[in-house]
Amino acid sequence: MKKNKFLLLSLLLALSAVLAACNFGGTEEKDSSSSDNGTGAKELNLVIASEPPSLHPQLATDSTSNAILQNVFEGLTTVKDGEIVNAAADDVKISEDLLTYTFTLKDAKWSNGDAVTAEDFAYAWKFALDPANASEYASILYPIKGAQAFNLGEGTEEDLGIKVIDEKTLEVTLENPTPYFLELTAFKTYYPIHKATAEANETWYAEAGDTYITNGPFTLADWQHSGSITLEKNDSYWDAENVALDKVNISMVENEATASTMFDAGEIDFLGAPFQTVGLDVIDRYKEEGILNIADYSGIYLYKFNTTGEFTSNANIRKALTLAIDRQGLIDNVLKGEQTPALGMVPEAVPGFEEDRGYFKDNDIEEAKAALEAGMKELGISDPSEISIGLSINTSEAHSAIAQFIQEGWHSNLGIEVTIDNSEWQVYLDKLTNLDYDVARMGWIGDYNDAYTFLEQYDSADNGNNDTGWENPKYAELLKQSTTETDADARIDLMKQAEAITMTEFPVAPIYYYTNLSVKKDYVENMQTDATGNIYLKYVDINK
Amino acid sequence: MLKYILKRLGYILIALYLIVTATFFLMQLAPGSPFASERDFPPQIEAQLNAKYGLDNPWYIQYKDYLIDTVTFDFGESMKYKGRSTNDMITESFPISLTLGIEAMLLSVGFGILLGVIAALYHNKFPDYLASTIAVLGISVPSFILAGLMQYFIAFKLDLLPVSGWKGFQYSILPAFAIAITHMGFIAKLTRSSMLEQSSSDYVKMARAKGLGKWTTVFKHTLRNALLPVVTYLGPLTAGVVTGSFIIEQIFAIPGLGKHFVTSITNRDYTVIMGTTVFYSIILLFAVLIVDILYSVIDPRIKLKGAKK
Repeated sequence: MKKNKFLLLSLLLALSAVLAACNFGGTEEKDSSSSDNGTGAKELNLVIASEPPSLHPQLATDSTSNAILQNVFEGLTTVKDGEIVNAAADDVKISEDLLTYTFTLKDAKWSNGDAVTAEDFAYAWKFALDPANASEYASILYPIKGAQAFNLGEGTEEDLGIKVIDEKTLEVTLENPTPYFLELTAFKTYYPIHKATAEANETWYAEAGDTYITNGPFTLADWQHSGSITLEKNDSYWDAENVALDKVNISMVENEATASTMFDAGEIDFLGAPFQTVGLDVIDRYKEEGILNIADYSGIYLYKFNTTGEFTSNANIRKALTLAIDRQGLIDNVLKGEQTPALGMVPEAVPGFEEDRGYFKDNDIEEAKAALEAGMKELGISDPSEISIGLSINTSEAHSAIAQFIQEGWHSNLGIEVTIDNSEWQVYLDKLTNLDYDVARMGWIGDYNDAYTFLEQYDSADNGNNDTGWENPKYAELLKQSTTETDADARIDLMKQAEAITMTEFPVAPIYYYTNLSVKKDYVENMQTDATGNIYLKYVDINK
Repeated sequence: MLKYILKRLGYILIALYLIVTATFFLMQLAPGSPFASERDFPPQIEAQLNAKYGLDNPWYIQYKDYLIDTVTFDFGESMKYKGRSTNDMITESFPISLTLGIEAMLLSVGFGILLGVIAALYHNKFPDYLASTIAVLGISVPSFILAGLMQYFIAFKLDLLPVSGWKGFQYSILPAFAIAITHMGFIAKLTRSSMLEQSSSDYVKMARAKGLGKWTTVFKHTLRNALLPVVTYLGPLTAGVVTGSFIIEQIFAIPGLGKHFVTSITNRDYTVIMGTTVFYSIILLFAVLIVDILYSVIDPRIKLKGAKK
C-alpha cells in the first residue's frame, strides 16, 4: 500500500511539474486593463484569421500578413481617406514624360533610432527582385525599369532603374509611364527594410524582438506564433504625435463564429476584413442592430470560362451563361452583404468606373435564350439538354451556395445540365492553370485601385492569371496603349474600350463586386477599410 | 523485461520507417503544389522556390533527404510560414496541446471511471440510467457542437470564462471539457461493462461475504481488474489528446499543435507534414508501448513475451 501511495504522489508531482513548466505555452498573462497606468493608455483589441505566413514585406503575399505589415512599416507614400499622400517621402518630383520619379525622404527614423535612408529602400526593392530570394510578389515592382529582366534572370542589378543619389534621395526610372506608380509605392512590396539587420540575420522577420526593426507608426512588440501579436506605438516614428493608439492586441482566431462571439462579449473592438470577417450568419443580426457598416471594395467575384472547352469554346454559349445569372437575387438571398451586381470587369470602387457601362442587363433571360439558340446552331446541337457543363469551385460553403444558386438558374432558364465539382485549394489552382474545367469561380482583389489590375491578366493566353485560354490581339493592343498613355482620361477610355471587348466575347462571367462588411464598437473612431482592403491603424482613435 | 522493451523499440523503428515512407509517397502522389497561388508568379521564381526546398530533385534524392531529416530530427523550414522551422513550430505548439491534453485526460479518466462505477453499482437503477444517459450523450454529441454551446452560454451569456484564447488557466477550462466529454462517455461505458462482468465473479462475492463494504470492494478488488480495457484505450487516447484537436483549437483559438496536422496538408507544406507525422507517430507508438508495460503492473497474470529469462 505504501508503495502505491508513493507512486501516486510522484505521479502527481510529475504532472504538476509538467503543467507548471508549460505555463500555458509561455504566454505570460499581462494585465490588459488601462486603469493601472493612470494616463488611460489607449488599447485596441482585434483578431486576425490566421498566423501571418510572413512578416517580411518583400516575401509576404497575403492579406493577413499585410494587415500587420502596413501598420509597422511605411512606404514612400501611403493612403489617407482614399487619397495618396507622402509618407516616408517628403517630396516627389515627377519628370514630364512620367518616367522618372525623384523621391526626397523625410527625416524619419527606424525603431532602433537609425535614420531611414534611400539605401534601405533600394536594398528592399532589390531584395524582392533578386531571383535568388524567390519573392512571389516581385512582379508588382515590374513597372521599374529593368525589374522584370532582372527578376527573370535575364538582366543585371546594375541595369535597374533604382538609383540612390544620396542618403535622402532616391531616383526611380520606370519602364512605361505608370500613372498609379505612387499608389504602388504605398504597397507592402515597396516598403523599406533596415539594411544592416537584414544583412546580418537572414531570418530577422521570423520573430518579434530586437531584430524586427520597423519604420511605421507601430512596432512589433510581441509575436506568439499562432496565438497573438502585439503592436506598440513606435516612439521614434516621425509622426508619432498623430498616432493615437498606444497598443494594439491582435489575437489569431480562425473561427468566424468565435470571432463574432468575442465581438458580442466585448473582447474585441472591431470585426471586418482584414481583421477577420463578419460571418454570414450574423450579418442580419448586426444589420438589425444598425451597427453593420458596408463599404465598397475593389474586388470582383467571377466565373471563368475555359474557352477551349467543348461547349464553352463558343462565345454565344458563354454569353448565354453570363446573362442567365440572377445576380440581384443571389445577393439578396445568398450573399446578403449588399454587394453590387457585376455587369463589367472593373468594380465600381475604381476611379473612372463608378457608373455602369451598360454592357448587358442582369438576369436577361430573353437575350440569354437568343444567345443559346445561336450558340447551339453553331455547334450543331438541337436540344439544350445535350449541353452539359461542369462548374468547378474550391471547397467552401459560401462558394458552394453561390454555385448551387447559379446552377439552378442555368438549368431552369436555359435547360442545360450543370454539375458542380469541388476540390481543395491547391488542387483547384492546378486545375485552373491546366484548363481542366468548364466554368470555374475566382475572386480578384485589386492590389492597387486601378482598372489595369483587373484587365491586365487577360492580355494573353499565356498570362499566368488568365486561366481561360482566351486572347484577343485588339484587347492586348488597347491595354498596351494604356500603359504608355500619359493623359489620365484618355487612358481610362482605352481601358473601357478593352473592357467592352471582354463583354462581347465573355471569357469570364462577372458576378458581383465585393463589399467590405465591418462592425465596430462606438468608441472606436476612424476605423474603416479602404477600397483595396487596408486599415491604417495610425488614424484610429479610441474614445471611451 | 529489458529484452522485451528492446524488441519493441526495434518494432517502433520499423513502424516509423514504414510511416515515413508511406507519408512521403502519398505526398508525392497528392496533386497540388505548396507554392500554388492565386496570383501567378513567373516560372523562373517557381523554379527558384523548388530549388530552395529541394523539390527539383528526382524523387529518390528527395526521399533520401527526408529520411536523413527524420533521423537527424531536423525537418527544415516551413514552405508556407517563411523563415520558420518545422522544429520550432512543433516545440512552440506542443506544450500547449500537452497541457490542454493532460487536463482533458484527467477530466475524462476521473469522471469517466466515476460514472462507470456508479452505473455498475446501481445496475438497472436510477443512477445507472442517469450515468448511462450522460455517457451516451457525451459520446454522441460532437465536440464542436458542445464547444459552440459552452462558448455561447458559459462564456458569453453567463460571462464566467473567456470566449477564446490561451492566456492562462481559465482559458483552458472550456476547451478541456469539450475534448474530455466524448472520451469520458467512452470510458464510462467501458468501466461499467467490465465492472458488471467482475461483480459476478467469485472473488468479489468472497470479498463481500467477508463483510467488506460495497465501495471498499470496488476500490480494493473490482476496479483493479475492471480497468484493464480502460488502460488499453488510454494509449491511443493519450497520443490523440496530447497532440491537440484541430476542431477544438480552431473554435477556441488555441495556438496548439492540432491545427498543423490539418492545415499543413491543405497547404501542401511538405516539411511540416513530415515533421508532424513523425512526431505524432513517435508519441503514439510509445504510448502503446507504455500501455503494454503497464498491463503487467496492473495485472500480474499478463506476462510480457520475452520477459522471462
